[in-house]
Amino acid sequence: MSTVNISRRKFVFSSASAGAGLSLGLSLPLSSKLVEAAELEEAPEVNAWVVIDPDDTVTIRIARSEMGQGTLTGLAQLVAEELDCDWSKVTWEYPSPAENLRRDRVWQSFATGGSRGIRGSHEYVRQGGAAARMMLVEAAAQGWSVPVGECHAIDSVITHKPSGKQTTYGAVAGAAASLAPPMEVTLKDPKDWKLIGQSVMRLDTLDKLTGKQIFGADVTMPGMVNAAITACPVHGGKRKSFDARQAETMPGVKSVVAVSDDAVAVVAVTWWQAKTALDTIKIDWDKGKSASVSSATIDEMLEEGLSAETKFVANQVGDFAASKSTASRVYTADYSYPYQNHATMEPMNATAVWSKDRCEVWAPTQNGESALAAAAEAAELPIELCEVHKLSLGGGFGRRGQADYVRQAVAIAKTMPGTPVKLLWTREEDMLHGYFHPITKARMTAAITDEGGLDGLHVRISGQSILATLMAERLGGNMDPVVFQALAPSGDHSISYTVPNLTVDHAMRNTHITPGFWRGVNVNQNAIYMECFLDELAHETGQDSLEFHRKLMKEHPKAFAVLDTVAQKSGWGNDDGLSRGLAVCKAFGSYVAACAEVTVTDGKLKMHRIVAATDPGYAVNPQQIEAQVFGSFAYGLSALLYGECTVKDGQIEQTNFHNYPSIKIADMPHVDVTVMPSGGFWGGVGEPTIAVAAPAVLNAIFAATGKRIRHLPIKDQDIG
Amino acid sequence: MAKLNINGKVHEVEVDGGTPLLWVIREHIGLTGTKFGCGIAQCGSCTVHLDGQAVRSCVYPVSAVSETQKITTIEGLSAKGDHPIQQAWAELDTPQCGYCQPGMIMASAALLNNVSKPTDADIDQQVTNICRCGTFQRVRQGIHLAAEIKAGDTMPKAEG
Repeated sequence: MSTVNISRRKFVFSSASAGAGLSLGLSLPLSSKLVEAAELEEAPEVNAWVVIDPDDTVTIRIARSEMGQGTLTGLAQLVAEELDCDWSKVTWEYPSPAENLRRDRVWQSFATGGSRGIRGSHEYVRQGGAAARMMLVEAAAQGWSVPVGECHAIDSVITHKPSGKQTTYGAVAGAAASLAPPMEVTLKDPKDWKLIGQSVMRLDTLDKLTGKQIFGADVTMPGMVNAAITACPVHGGKRKSFDARQAETMPGVKSVVAVSDDAVAVVAVTWWQAKTALDTIKIDWDKGKSASVSSATIDEMLEEGLSAETKFVANQVGDFAASKSTASRVYTADYSYPYQNHATMEPMNATAVWSKDRCEVWAPTQNGESALAAAAEAAELPIELCEVHKLSLGGGFGRRGQADYVRQAVAIAKTMPGTPVKLLWTREEDMLHGYFHPITKARMTAAITDEGGLDGLHVRISGQSILATLMAERLGGNMDPVVFQALAPSGDHSISYTVPNLTVDHAMRNTHITPGFWRGVNVNQNAIYMECFLDELAHETGQDSLEFHRKLMKEHPKAFAVLDTVAQKSGWGNDDGLSRGLAVCKAFGSYVAACAEVTVTDGKLKMHRIVAATDPGYAVNPQQIEAQVFGSFAYGLSALLYGECTVKDGQIEQTNFHNYPSIKIADMPHVDVTVMPSGGFWGGVGEPTIAVAAPAVLNAIFAATGKRIRHLPIKDQDIG
Repeated sequence: MAKLNINGKVHEVEVDGGTPLLWVIREHIGLTGTKFGCGIAQCGSCTVHLDGQAVRSCVYPVSAVSETQKITTIEGLSAKGDHPIQQAWAELDTPQCGYCQPGMIMASAALLNNVSKPTDADIDQQVTNICRCGTFQRVRQGIHLAAEIKAGDTMPKAEG
């Protein structure tokens, strides 16, 4: 094949054609793989979401990033449900961010965060599947010269009912591709779903069992060199000078590069050579005024915010001050939540190749479009001349929504035009330069009636705003609405309780430590504050915690339903030697609850079991929701047991997993999950459950020991 | 110069003796299934087998490996991806992001080499890898299932 038209499939990058994709992206001379890929393009694109090969293989385009959460399988199920195709012949591919721009954002958002993959795109991806089905059936009807109304499709087979004639999607896909898309699309009634709601296996499992799965860190391409980097350990600090004389003479070293105004990188033949050489470079940093900041000074600032005046009130019901002044009893407790690092298993990385008229990046990113914009900016090229190839993510958890590592990779590649450079961070770099879970404190104040009822509640949050640092344009009158997740008056993160006099407010206290969206975001600490404090109030007023919740949740039946489910399934109230703790929350549109069963012996915590329930409205793939619930407990319990980043001399002190430990199998309790979709809404599942992990266990610890833990993590605390 | 027997094939590599085995496997041999996670033997993403026993290759200098020792990576665990651990993992849809899984699978397979029917306590002690996605419950279930699969075999499985 001397000339090939690779226009359509050039932009796609799937797990199946990873090797070819790399070659295509680099526009290398034609290789056999390239020809292979070019031949594949005979497969017609019925519409932006659906490509069907003559052998009936259905390739579904997935715009969101798969990072373990199973979104690609769930999204494929949504498209396939409406397409009525044979699921056993479904595969997938990522469209490219640049192609999305060129095609007027036909795939809409690539951003993968906020548990939004399915709940944010279920409608238009199902419409895509339905439109493709209608076009395929129409093409068959035209071919047979029969009315389209006499034809229907099941499992990729189209049947003309009166004559019994049949054909397959693969046979008519070419004809369907040339038809105009339908003007109107009707989606199936949920009661008719066959694939949505099924626990089908993930589409991306097998390559993960054999080492075949290519992650960003695994990219190799002809002529590629490797880079290791170190940036100023104090966020906001600058590079003053560095002495690279020794590094430059070391084996394999190609160059030492000053990156931006705050980092130094070594480029070498192998990454190990680059890293070894980087270790020898003495760098003089200008750490700036933040070098005097420590955990103690941050704590002092947040403490002041607990009682300061503030105008950022997000949820106001009745009159808390009046309630407090007439209360039979006022009860107060302070809580806090530390910085956390995402600690994705795969350290940050990106591979870039730059020339004066083209820049391409291969990156594990949660947001292909913002990675593309960052690449173009760093490349100093129009965005039309840039491309980002999305690769598998070795974990994301919110960290890979940022594009800092893309900018760095492009900046380094820019110093060696035409040469692909793979930048890979060390774990130490990853620990220092995270986008940290923000640090906050809370002062919880309750106005209690004679009968032990909760008449008034003031939740004062003091601490950091993610938006103020990362997306100031999303602040509302300088207030950060995201701070109030799970405490908001309405919406996907509304509070689950009715309190006659309620004030939830925020004293914004920002630090130089860069905050970020850490899986679960502000729900994580807000649920601890709320759920542990309510447990305190139940205890202080001599009431059963479940009954105390029931009274406050009369107007929140869906939230109470998940709580009641875990209480019943766990045997709440049983006298069996186990201590139990409850927690419930509405977050990311879903209702979640947990009951933890623990014992504490000689100050040592043993978590025997967690009983969990999730109502996500519609459950697309229950076994994957279950996996997300397991994973959410691992993430949330890891934070509870071990997770804390501290600050000394302006820099994060934790450097690797030895001083930022993560939960292991021995610590992990068995989790019993009930997925209880009540229908009628679409909630997220990747994040909400993290919120209930820590408070359920903390409340169970109290039940066991009578000791309240109000600060995470518990690793260095005497828990009784 | 190091002579290494990896997945049954002998490789000669020109490399500094202090280079960790992980980077020789990834960068010189080109087998990228074995992952870099921490570089200090804490997370286990880099787990390979040395004569059937799990080692964390990120801190294992290549000079410490003799040419008679058999190195097995995830790519060589089984010819067809059907080691009992791999079968059990597929059955339970165990991986999430998948990055730690080669190490998790190699650690679990090494456990099965040593203990034909591991108890939960054996698993707690021997499988100490970090997984940030939190696949632990299916990993535990998978090891038990793999032990059953292995016991059900009439022919002993060759360890790759």
